[in-house]
Amino acid sequence: MSALNINGREYTVDVDPGTPILWTLRDTLGMTGTKFGCGAALCGACTVHLDGQAIRSCVTPIAAAVGKKITTIEAATNGSDPVGSAVHDAWVKHDVAQCGYCQSGQIMSATAFLKAQPKGKQPTVAEIDSAMAGNICRCGTYARIRAAVADAAKTLA
Amino acid sequence: MLNEIFPNELPRALQQMLERDEADGPAALPRRSFLKIVGIGGLALGAFPHLALAQEANGAAAAPLKPTQQPSAFVQIAPNGEVTVTINRLEFGQGVQTALPMILAEELDADWSLVRSRNGSNDAAYMDPAFGIHLTGGSNTIKNSYTQYRELGARARAMLLSAAAARWNVDVASLRTQAGMVLGPEGRKASYGELAEAAMAMPVPEQITLKDPKDFRIIGQATTRIDAKAKSSGQQDFGIDMHLPGQLTAVVARPPVFGARIASLDDSAARATKGVKAVLRVPLDGGAEGVAVVADGYWQAKLARDALKVEWNTSTVEKVDSEKQLAQYRELASQPGPLHFDADMTPLASAPHQLDAEFVFPYLAHAPMEPLNCTVQLAQDSAQLWVGTQFPGGDGAAAAKVLNLKPEQIQVNVQTAGGGFGRRGVPTNDFVVMACEVAKAARTAGVNAPIRTLWSREDDIKSGYYRPMHLHRARIGFDDSGKVLAWDHALVGQSIITGTVFGGRVKNGIDPTATEGMRNPYPLPMRLTVHHPKLNVPVLWWRSVGSTHTAFVMETLIDEIARTTKQDPVAYRMKLFGDQSPRHREALQLAVDKSEYGKRQLAAGRAWGVAVHESFSSVVAYVVEASVQDGRPVLHNVTAGVHCNLVVNPRSVEAQVQGAALMGLSMCLPGGAVTLKDGVVQQSNFADFSVPRITDMPEFAVHIVPSAEPPTGMGEPGLPALAPAFANAVASLTGKPLRELPFKLV
Repeated sequence: MSALNINGREYTVDVDPGTPILWTLRDTLGMTGTKFGCGAALCGACTVHLDGQAIRSCVTPIAAAVGKKITTIEAATNGSDPVGSAVHDAWVKHDVAQCGYCQSGQIMSATAFLKAQPKGKQPTVAEIDSAMAGNICRCGTYARIRAAVADAAKTLA
Repeated sequence: MLNEIFPNELPRALQQMLERDEADGPAALPRRSFLKIVGIGGLALGAFPHLALAQEANGAAAAPLKPTQQPSAFVQIAPNGEVTVTINRLEFGQGVQTALPMILAEELDADWSLVRSRNGSNDAAYMDPAFGIHLTGGSNTIKNSYTQYRELGARARAMLLSAAAARWNVDVASLRTQAGMVLGPEGRKASYGELAEAAMAMPVPEQITLKDPKDFRIIGQATTRIDAKAKSSGQQDFGIDMHLPGQLTAVVARPPVFGARIASLDDSAARATKGVKAVLRVPLDGGAEGVAVVADGYWQAKLARDALKVEWNTSTVEKVDSEKQLAQYRELASQPGPLHFDADMTPLASAPHQLDAEFVFPYLAHAPMEPLNCTVQLAQDSAQLWVGTQFPGGDGAAAAKVLNLKPEQIQVNVQTAGGGFGRRGVPTNDFVVMACEVAKAARTAGVNAPIRTLWSREDDIKSGYYRPMHLHRARIGFDDSGKVLAWDHALVGQSIITGTVFGGRVKNGIDPTATEGMRNPYPLPMRLTVHHPKLNVPVLWWRSVGSTHTAFVMETLIDEIARTTKQDPVAYRMKLFGDQSPRHREALQLAVDKSEYGKRQLAAGRAWGVAVHESFSSVVAYVVEASVQDGRPVLHNVTAGVHCNLVVNPRSVEAQVQGAALMGLSMCLPGGAVTLKDGVVQQSNFADFSVPRITDMPEFAVHIVPSAEPPTGMGEPGLPALAPAFANAVASLTGKPLRELPFKLV
């Protein structure tokens, strides 16, 4: 039994401590907004926040999350988090998604990046690219991701 | 893909597929309707029936409308006015989930803010109306369903008008509609939601009048995707997210070499893994055999699969080796073979300029972000599948064969998919058949739960199917003016469709999906010899299919002739087009004008590159800026000129062009290749089969040629011209042509 704090709620799960956060979320708890893409921290589709840091949940065991706070796409974009809301709104405004499968991970990476920005600082294209380089989109939505991250930063300034 | 299939050929293709199941002949063609109106708590417009006779307005019986023409299968209107439109294609990023409802809503005169969308199934209503089979491919959705969805909307609107006329006891001619309302004399008005129930009882009109396109208020507007919010909040469900009560997950261990079978299996450790329900030997594609592990969830199944001790018998199967294969292809290219084009090659020997060129293209994986999966639930005399598929009809028929059921006993619930690029439209139905084999073996072993068979990324990269490897060789003779006197060309690569249900399109031993894009539209004296070697590596169409390689060959060679004869590559192409190919001219001219090609001073170290190509009835031209940094070609800026006739959603066309171009870029960058050594695929995940990242994304502008002609598709046509435009820019910097993909250092 492991105790996990996910999106501000306490859960007790009966899974092996070596089980990745991803599969605990998806298969044990039925929270399917976090996606499986590569299983090897190469594509970023599974990105969640662990104590505010963007991590790859496909390679992070739940043992590493005990006593910490996990935040997933479901909470980041439900209106309770101003940065997550700004990113969500920018994603819709710029119509970023095509197939949409990678976008939970993209949004979680963008949200962590913007949370770490000094207040009022507008990131450069190079900074945005660097922050988002770990997230693959096979549909090629990168131009709109760039625009949406910049736009979200503006609305938060 | 499949853009050259003649409509009258396809029903036969489907029939052949069904006839493979000898117990059921053509009589088993799916005819059952299993549409259930659920989920919106309201009333469906015309809740019944594909087979209802259409009626003229005066009540006289008319010819029956086909299932694909029945509004009941496509439009639901809830009491609150929400209009739900069923899409007859797979939504996997290309935007038909929004474009098809836009087309229907236009003629329905719906309130766009109340329009929703839902997925279809393998019901007969959702066949491609032109091809008569269930098919998402060949960039055909908008091309083939534009008129269909307009007519569906117009029929539904006419039924609402009839209902309002009856309610108010007025002449239907005195009524009009506006954004989800029927408006009548003396200020009467009623919403579609209020009228839906009464409209259900009205006859479906056969004759309808469509709008004049100048009155369009939805079609042509830049429209945000219906699924944009769901896909920006983790709320969009994909096939992989399917969860039925008691559902289990299966993963399958496959042989390291295509076609191999199990020599010995020790599954004791796997069976002892927590959560494992069954370990099963299952037949795989191509005569191979695998071991399925069924467990509570993916992680347990994966751990147990890792614990399997399997020895594979690879001694009798072909073991392809990319290096040897290339040597074999080179040898084949110099052999005589079937001719796709023929011309007099005598002028070649005496031509003032002679050009010899060889091109090599590797195998490519599709690598959609959502790993392949299919969920199967077996019942006594039926089965349900939940799967993101481009071929729900063919997959249903194949599932029926595996499960010893009739095709009409299989319901395929099409799921929104996380990409596909051709991988979800497989003539052998490989991943659906595998999931059915797993479910069948599990039931035999006493496990009766619904089972989701899920692929890992390694399974996806290592197990096929791939865009075939190709070798092209060209010998071209031309004069000082650039006039081509003779062009002798050989193309070598595996056939995609030979031996499949689409094999009837192979003519004279030549697969048209390999040659599409050759020569067209240039009036060249070309002899094209084609060889299709047979190898056991499974191959498949990959976004834009033959044009993934033919456009590169054609557009880099045309550029090289222009460079050799010191002509501007745009002017040279325009000269070759002459008065022909107006859409090529317009697309290229638009890209030239918007990019300020040749007028604007480029940053130091950059050069222009140009290419234009037609595929799947649309034309895309690119003008790009590229440089070479530390020997590595870099793409900086892209301007697209697009000709796809009338545009339904310009915002979607922009997205498709950018996305297809980036997939074209993936063919150029390091890591864009699948190779084999001693039969074993050498790549396994995104570390060694790499795809472009945001840092590779150029600045990108898309411009569309205005047109009122019937629309053509845009899922694929943005891909082919990108790589040659990039290569042409690099070649003009280095003076050396790039003839191998992915690009080597220059």
